[in-house]
Amino acid sequence: MRSTSRILSLTILGFAILAFTIGSSIFAAPAKAGEVPVPSPAKAFKGEQCLEPTDVMRRNHMDFLQHQRDETLREGIRGQKYSLNSCIDCHAVTSPDVAGGQVRTLKPFCAQCHAYAAVSIDCFQCHNGAYQPGIGDQSALPADHQTKAMIATLEKQLAKGADK
Amino acid sequence: MTDKSMTKVDTSRRNILKGGAAAAVITLAPGVTLRTVEAAVTGPATNAKRWGMLIDANAPSDVWDIAVEACKAEQGWGKDEAHANPATDPQWIRKVNIKDPKTGAKASLPVMCQHCANPPCVDVCPTGASMKRADGIVLVDKHICIGCRYCMMACPYSCRSFVHEDVHGQRPHMPRGKGTVEACTLCVHRVDKGQQPACVEAISKMGSDAMIFGDLNDPKSEIAQAVSKYVTQRIRSDLGVEPGIHYRGI
Repeated sequence: MRSTSRILSLTILGFAILAFTIGSSIFAAPAKAGEVPVPSPAKAFKGEQCLEPTDVMRRNHMDFLQHQRDETLREGIRGQKYSLNSCIDCHAVTSPDVAGGQVRTLKPFCAQCHAYAAVSIDCFQCHNGAYQPGIGDQSALPADHQTKAMIATLEKQLAKGADK
Repeated sequence: MTDKSMTKVDTSRRNILKGGAAAAVITLAPGVTLRTVEAAVTGPATNAKRWGMLIDANAPSDVWDIAVEACKAEQGWGKDEAHANPATDPQWIRKVNIKDPKTGAKASLPVMCQHCANPPCVDVCPTGASMKRADGIVLVDKHICIGCRYCMMACPYSCRSFVHEDVHGQRPHMPRGKGTVEACTLCVHRVDKGQQPACVEAISKMGSDAMIFGDLNDPKSEIAQAVSKYVTQRIRSDLGVEPGIHYRGI
């Protein structure tokens, strides 16, 4: 009995320490003097929900982009779910630090965490991180694409589901 | 040579799959929308197509200036060189003047990447960055280009350029960066949407048919019919690299 309570108390103590450690890293207070500031990525220019939940995007955005860049460039598969241009479409924001707040760029968004985690990925040595009109424009797709037909079908199915 | 057995596949199932990924914004209820995949997925490129071009060197030579300017505007090159040097500046397409020394006959023609079927640039690339798509478009994968410039040495047409200077204001579809090699992409971003390359479109807007773009494998296409009708030449055809760019009048 005594040993059980000891184990229990030790377990609780262990969890408390663990929770404190995790908690302090997640809910870190603003940086103290001499520390690297905690990243605060800029809020998206538009939209409330990214293509995937935030935690998935945080963890996997590099895989989504790298996987698809090879398919797009080398195989010519276009119009897939993820693309750097669709990142720019929503996440490019103005910042007084970038070109005097005149252009929407990805810098206030991407660079925050990348600088904090010392990730020196060089997308924007070649890619233009600035928003340009028509960047998310899909109007020039081939005439045979079936978007409208698919939407109509799905809407019908959804309407049927709603009736039931 | 295209492998015909590979080209005759039943595409109906694939079209359904393509369509399945094509949903955009679906209204679930008034004011509630479900945002899924934005656009129809197209591709991959297959060897059923062989993109090519037919250029008529007998056309008035000023149309080629329009072609060069259209390329610059579309792809965003030719404006960043602070230390401009004509010998090293990027040239995706250039106007070449030729003259027959015996007769004195002159002509001009645009020369750009010839999109060879057997591209020497791809053979020599040490990283696999220099590559040929299944539909014959030769590209540089700048993600893995190390800027060694072997391909520039190997190209019989001197059609590749090295970016020596920092680049700014790249177009969204055409990333460009210092330390990589680049060349004409046959406007692959436009071709994949079913459009014509920028140079061809600019010239045809002027009412000229000096440049014809299309699928050489499709007997019904304008280019295939023109190539079978007229005697055409390819530059340095003796090399056996089988360029996709055909010329008339040289």
